[in-house]
Amino acid sequence: MKIFSTHHRIIGFGYLLISSIAVAVGTGLSLVMRLHLTWPDWSLPLHGPVLPEEYLALVTMHGTLMLFFVLTVAPQSGFGNLILPAQIGTRHMAFPRWNAAGMWLMLVALLVLLSAFIVPGGAPIGGWTAYPPLSESSLAGPGQGFGMDLWLASITLFGIAGTISAVNTLTTIVKLRCEGMTWERLPLTVWGWFTAAMLSVIAFSVLLAALVLLFCDRHLQSGFFVPANEWINGVMIPHRGDGSPLLWLHLFWFFGHPEVYIAVLPGMGLTSMVLANFARRRVFAYKLMIATTLLIGLLGILVWGHHMFVAGLNPFAGTVFSVASLAIAIPSAAKVLSWIATVWGSKSKQIRLTTPMLFALGFVSLFVTGGLSGPILAQPILDEYLHNTFFVVAHFHLIMAMAGVFGLLCATYYWYPLMFHRQLSEPLGKVHFWCTLAGAYATFLPMHLTGLGGEPRHYAQLNGIVKPANDLLSATMPMQRHITYSALLLAVSQVFFFWNILKTARQPSMTEENPWQATTLEWAPQPADEDELIRVYREPCQYGARGESFSPQWKPEIPLQHEAE
Amino acid sequence: MPTILTPPEIDRRHDRGTDRHLDVNDGDNGGRRPPTDKRTGGNGDGENWSNRPQGRRGPRERLSAARVGLFFALGGDLMFFVALVSIFFVDKSSGHFDAYGVYVHSWKATVIPEILWKNTAILLLSSLTAEIARQRMFDEKLAMDEWLGLGRPVSGRAGIWLGLTLVLGSMFLAGQWMAWRQLAAQGVFFSSSMSSHFFYLITVTHAVHLFLGIGALIGALLVLWRSRSMLTRQVLVDGTVWYWHVMGVLWVFLFALLEFGQ
Repeated sequence: MKIFSTHHRIIGFGYLLISSIAVAVGTGLSLVMRLHLTWPDWSLPLHGPVLPEEYLALVTMHGTLMLFFVLTVAPQSGFGNLILPAQIGTRHMAFPRWNAAGMWLMLVALLVLLSAFIVPGGAPIGGWTAYPPLSESSLAGPGQGFGMDLWLASITLFGIAGTISAVNTLTTIVKLRCEGMTWERLPLTVWGWFTAAMLSVIAFSVLLAALVLLFCDRHLQSGFFVPANEWINGVMIPHRGDGSPLLWLHLFWFFGHPEVYIAVLPGMGLTSMVLANFARRRVFAYKLMIATTLLIGLLGILVWGHHMFVAGLNPFAGTVFSVASLAIAIPSAAKVLSWIATVWGSKSKQIRLTTPMLFALGFVSLFVTGGLSGPILAQPILDEYLHNTFFVVAHFHLIMAMAGVFGLLCATYYWYPLMFHRQLSEPLGKVHFWCTLAGAYATFLPMHLTGLGGEPRHYAQLNGIVKPANDLLSATMPMQRHITYSALLLAVSQVFFFWNILKTARQPSMTEENPWQATTLEWAPQPADEDELIRVYREPCQYGARGESFSPQWKPEIPLQHEAE
Repeated sequence: MPTILTPPEIDRRHDRGTDRHLDVNDGDNGGRRPPTDKRTGGNGDGENWSNRPQGRRGPRERLSAARVGLFFALGGDLMFFVALVSIFFVDKSSGHFDAYGVYVHSWKATVIPEILWKNTAILLLSSLTAEIARQRMFDEKLAMDEWLGLGRPVSGRAGIWLGLTLVLGSMFLAGQWMAWRQLAAQGVFFSSSMSSHFFYLITVTHAVHLFLGIGALIGALLVLWRSRSMLTRQVLVDGTVWYWHVMGVLWVFLFALLEFGQ
């Protein structure tokens, strides 16, 4: 296999490899954080006890790795390259060389970020949001010097690579769909990729502008994000201008909020298609699902202010952002209702609870659980109390992180036959699913409670501090132990996944063309002739009344009679 | 940009489905067909590029994909400048309270060097020459001459105008460099004041974009010189010139902002 290939499949695997490295490191960091929070005296083997600033570096790098290099890269660029071309019936992406350049740039971005661990001062400690004034000066703490510069460089490269990938995705979808693949016939996964790519193009550029300005503030004495003459530890740092950290918050969250939709929209699309396929029923309200995907994307770029309710935002602006944020509940609820309606009417004989189906159902479950706390946090008066507590951590880990990961696992189990010509073992997959689901809920549900109990984010230690904070926070310690054990369970559960992959790798490759009896084009038999015309005759998800018969998009025969009624 | 976003419905034309004429070679100007975009074709019997499989519908297809890609990329790039200009207005109106509780609005406009007017004129002129080069790429008569084997008139004619664009573009960048030197001689640097931050930020980021544009022009000239595929040459020149136009129009807005908006 050529490494420097411009073939989209190899590039897709490259992106998945980048994400795998990031997810392994990011998970490791989170476990160290949990162990330190629960047993502050615990010392990390080969390292010693975890210092408070090291804890902050763990928080920062965990967030950066997971959000940028896992949840953005894997669904959008990884599976977007592996599956999207086949799903819309093209044999290549629109710009193969740019595509390859984007992947290599992304790898460089990851390496630059990881190198922050080994430079003097270590990794940055300002959080993945890099709020000034902490991110403005190397005096703000260890890691805020060269480590922070590496962080800036890495995210700049990430933004450029992500934009290249998004432009490629958009052009491919707009221009390279096969004969008959009209917009209404596009699978909802493609709509998810399309909307996410649109958001990427809009949001990453604004992040790039903010990063350039932050760089100027750090090294050229400008004052975009800090007032003139900033004092840190008795040292005056001259800046010219009347800047404000609030400006960084605006710019960052204008990017940051669409970013979470970039992470989760492809998973939403996949969930729709997988639920329909294994329930053997068409997607309920297909066109409405397209509309809600686009609407979530549109609202997603209008609600960034809900991250800033307690940051000194004008209360009237807060109200506008609050209303817009609550409005996202409408298309989201429409999606959940469609998912439920799609599965609901499926007769017990026709529904197939395979591993991908279980992960898709898990996605719905986590999306609902995590989503319900959304409207709570979207109200400034409630956010006043809950902001920067573990309630928020619970919210976004359930709806974005865990739902995103379930989307990725669903994609892996579902498309594994296409990726490696093998099928993962179902029993092992089911054990993996149930352990992961239990681990996810056991880890993140109790965080709502510790958050309500007052546990703040970014605190390296909860016990042994001065009263009365000690009384408040050490009361959460039993719960902390529970969360840590659950997080370990969640991590260890992934052993079943790797065991499954290793076990399957030894088996001979399968010959069955369409093991899930799917209707979308990526499962069409490989044409013998490279020049053979690819065409599509109908919408996806056309199944017979009892689910045994189905009309794939690529089969020319007349659609099933009972579907026409 | 007349782009058909939706491929034709299959169901509507069952009649044509079976006897489709497939030829690998004649879609991309390598074979029998002149490299012009005649939709009706010349073989009669309803022979039509639109009936061919996607990817083989003649030279316009790759060109329009490149244009769509450029459109999205420039859309993203525009957001970068939208962000910069928004921050410009935020900072222009912001102030602080001093030790006596008096509100201080300390924005002082940077005087823009006169030379920027000349630079702007040069950049607009370069857009004109670039457009002439682009038109030459799609000149049917030149393309036919080339197809008939009468030398490489397309590359020749377009190359001259593109070369002129390259010269004018380099003159613009040199002019920007002189503007920075003039300001520096007056003691105005990036870190001097809020408005000087923006002057340098806007002119430098725009110059970086034009620098990339110069690179693209050189690339397009190399392709004009070396490549034999009409399509490759058209795509490269067309994309470069559209990029150049957008950067020119963007500069007019940015210059107006610096000159009149401070």
